[in-house]
Amino acid sequence: MSNTQTVIFKNKPVIIGSYSIVGPKEGEGNFGEFFDYVMKDDCFGEDSYEKAERKMIEQAVTGAIQSAKIKPNQVDLLLAGDLLNQIISSSYAARNFNFAYLGLFGACSTMSESLAIGASLIDGGHFENIVCSTASHFSTAERQFRFPLELGNQRPPTSQWTVTGAGACVLARKGKGPTIASATFGKVIDWGINDVNDMGAAMAPAAMDTMLSHFRDTGTGPDDYDLIVTGDLGKLGSEILIDLMEDKGIKLGLNYNDCGQMFFTREQATLCGGSGCGCSATVFNSFIMKKLREGKYKKVLFMPTGALLSTTATQQGDTIPGVCHAVVVEGVQN
Amino acid sequence: MYYLWVFLIGGVICMIGEILIIKTNITSARILVLFELTGVLLQAVGLFDYVSGFARAGINVPIIGFGASLAKGVIGAVRAKGVAGVFTGGLEATAGGIAAAVFFAFIFALIFKSKTKK
Repeated sequence: MSNTQTVIFKNKPVIIGSYSIVGPKEGEGNFGEFFDYVMKDDCFGEDSYEKAERKMIEQAVTGAIQSAKIKPNQVDLLLAGDLLNQIISSSYAARNFNFAYLGLFGACSTMSESLAIGASLIDGGHFENIVCSTASHFSTAERQFRFPLELGNQRPPTSQWTVTGAGACVLARKGKGPTIASATFGKVIDWGINDVNDMGAAMAPAAMDTMLSHFRDTGTGPDDYDLIVTGDLGKLGSEILIDLMEDKGIKLGLNYNDCGQMFFTREQATLCGGSGCGCSATVFNSFIMKKLREGKYKKVLFMPTGALLSTTATQQGDTIPGVCHAVVVEGVQN
Repeated sequence: MYYLWVFLIGGVICMIGEILIIKTNITSARILVLFELTGVLLQAVGLFDYVSGFARAGINVPIIGFGASLAKGVIGAVRAKGVAGVFTGGLEATAGGIAAAVFFAFIFALIFKSKTKK
């Protein structure tokens, strides 16, 4: 008997508010009209990109609380994380708030990680209102993982574009809104990929593992969902996932998509799509949330993946481990 | 007429770099090292001066030229000082280029602010 990775919530937490903020390039992408705020430039009035990233989280958290029509002093806990060393964007943003904070690291899977933990805490009756948030920024990610912008480095055209954006939502014990029905906590899966230019291939096995565990634990299949969406597997990673699932006898149809693939338009020349925590977080807290609120999506399997590498590990010759956390969000019944 | 050769050779070198970036996984740092070592090798076998004769800035300005200067410096220093020249020759020959690069990079960093690529 394999261990269960899924929690099926008895007291389904309600998403009572949400907020998304993105950079100018992201605002010109396919979801432009759905974001709550598009920055005029990605410095956001700050004198470093790192400061801009934490300001985005501050605005996303504040905006989500306002959208939930509650006061900050009614929030019990902030669950947040990002891509930077020591997750400074989240921790430093948390300074400005008067509620408890748990820092998370799930790389690009942080949005679903925060939702899974937040939902579990609410379902257990421990807290009333929890804010889940994450962000990423193109320039801070470049400095962190590749080279600072000042170097003027040329990136290969097959690299993904780290989305500059932050997303946040408020989970509550009661209220009106989409609900979280279950969460599957992912295992770390490493199939030996060490190509940092192809993280999709590194993360696809984790997505497969979590998806299989989820279907097994909940007794569901792809047809039970209006949308199954990964975060940033990209074109190649998505195809690998579809093939891996088919090998296991499960066919993913047109209801499967990838936030990174959908994010930018063709004209924006990001050949391999969007990536980063902000990618899935902003799409989830804008477009997907709207469809859930309108009841157009009745059941969504939101499962962004994360590549858990660091530059140090890569330089020491290590391969890239991936993780994938999944939450099922149910739309408002009309 | 010289300009045509400068343009052609310099362009081909850049094109090779571009192809490596697009078609392979080689990072730009490694491409830089590859080009520099190519310059060292070309100088060592005596080909560099021949190409430089007609290509001039086309091959002197790219990092290949820097590699060749390193090699030239080491060869000259070893002839003059013996084994110590292995360590002193390269940097002595390229001191001007390195100092200029550091100096101008610093000045430009003070004046200009980096912006995200569109």
